Amino acid sequence: MTPTISTTGLTRRYGDHLALGDVSVDIREGKITGLLGRNGAGKSTFLRIVTAQEFASTGSVRVFGENPVENERVLQRLVLVREDQQFPDFKVRHALSAASWFYPNWDAELADTLLRDFDLPTKRPIKKLSRGMRSALSITIGLAARAELTLLDEPYAGLDAVARQLFYDRLLDDYSAHPRTVLLSTHLIDEVADLLEHVVMIDKGRVVLDAPADELRGSAATVSGPATAVESFVAGRRVLHRRKIGSRASVTVADALDAAAKARAQALHLKLEPLSLQQLMVHTSNTGHPTAEEASA
Amino acid sequence: MLDEGTPLFVQIAEQIADDIAEGNLAEGERVPSTNELAAFYRINPATAAKGINVLADEGLLEKRRGIGMFVAGGARQKLLADRRRRFAEQYLDPMLIEARRLGIDDETLISLIRGNGHRNGGPAA
Repeated sequence: MTPTISTTGLTRRYGDHLALGDVSVDIREGKITGLLGRNGAGKSTFLRIVTAQEFASTGSVRVFGENPVENERVLQRLVLVREDQQFPDFKVRHALSAASWFYPNWDAELADTLLRDFDLPTKRPIKKLSRGMRSALSITIGLAARAELTLLDEPYAGLDAVARQLFYDRLLDDYSAHPRTVLLSTHLIDEVADLLEHVVMIDKGRVVLDAPADELRGSAATVSGPATAVESFVAGRRVLHRRKIGSRASVTVADALDAAAKARAQALHLKLEPLSLQQLMVHTSNTGHPTAEEASA
Repeated sequence: MLDEGTPLFVQIAEQIADDIAEGNLAEGERVPSTNELAAFYRINPATAAKGINVLADEGLLEKRRGIGMFVAGGARQKLLADRRRRFAEQYLDPMLIEARRLGIDDETLISLIRGNGHRNGGPAA
């Protein structure tokens, strides 16, 4: 199956600053992929290049197997919801009408449901909406467009925890009923971890992880207890992080711990705590750039 | 509700297996669909499907075309037999490790078990 998005050696420089460095990834059809990374990691640059709003310095990008640049066939099949989306001087309902003309799979009923869910006043001019309401409007358009490729770039500015949960729930509902390729860029990793089937993590413009979400769960763990026992347990494992206090140590290893390792930890009286995806990002960003194979091994 | 470290699909499979073993899901009863599980646990539907498939591969669930997944005949007995087999490894081994660490010898341990059984109204030795 052709990946929905495929990049090879994608690089983007702004003067001296490397926004994206040699990014080669495939975003697979029909899955929800998380594009994870810290602020400024290069997530938005990646999405802008994929949607032809910006150009690569070198390397190539294919969307639905084609070059997206000035390619109406490709651009009609995707929707991008940006953080702090800019709108023309419209009322809410005008923005929705415009979207309904542009997107071939537009679902007006879903749009109405979302407007009610988010309490959006349709007659109000968009410039009089709060930041959170503008995000809600962008999300409404992004989901109701039901585009084959749905790109969501940190679409929750100004949304509180309740509204974000509503967004995740509606995304999941509609994706379940109408599977499509979703690429969700976020730094709020704990909130979305369970929604993802695949994870691409970017740090300082480079891909540091590219693996199925299932494999990452439990792919690293923190071992703590008496320092000598901890050190003997982690010998030969790839250590991400080490902390010590007195005779106790706490060491994070990038290793899937099997039943034998767990039994050994128990015998040594060590505490094992698996790393969440969010903690994995913290450690991956702190320790340079492990290859995808190493980090997911 | 779900914990880190164990793959989500394994946790979904385990929770459904628990429901079958405890009789909350009777044999012949329909199990929730992939999308229902996804919405309830707030997880990716592919993850939920993977969990269901684990149980189907073990013969605990069976597919009825166009209707959904159902608890297979004999599933409960099969699960209970399996759990009895794993009882020692899951419950006794950790207990023995801790007992040794504390210097509790086997005889004391046995008398503790008997005494405990007695306290809980179980059969006295």
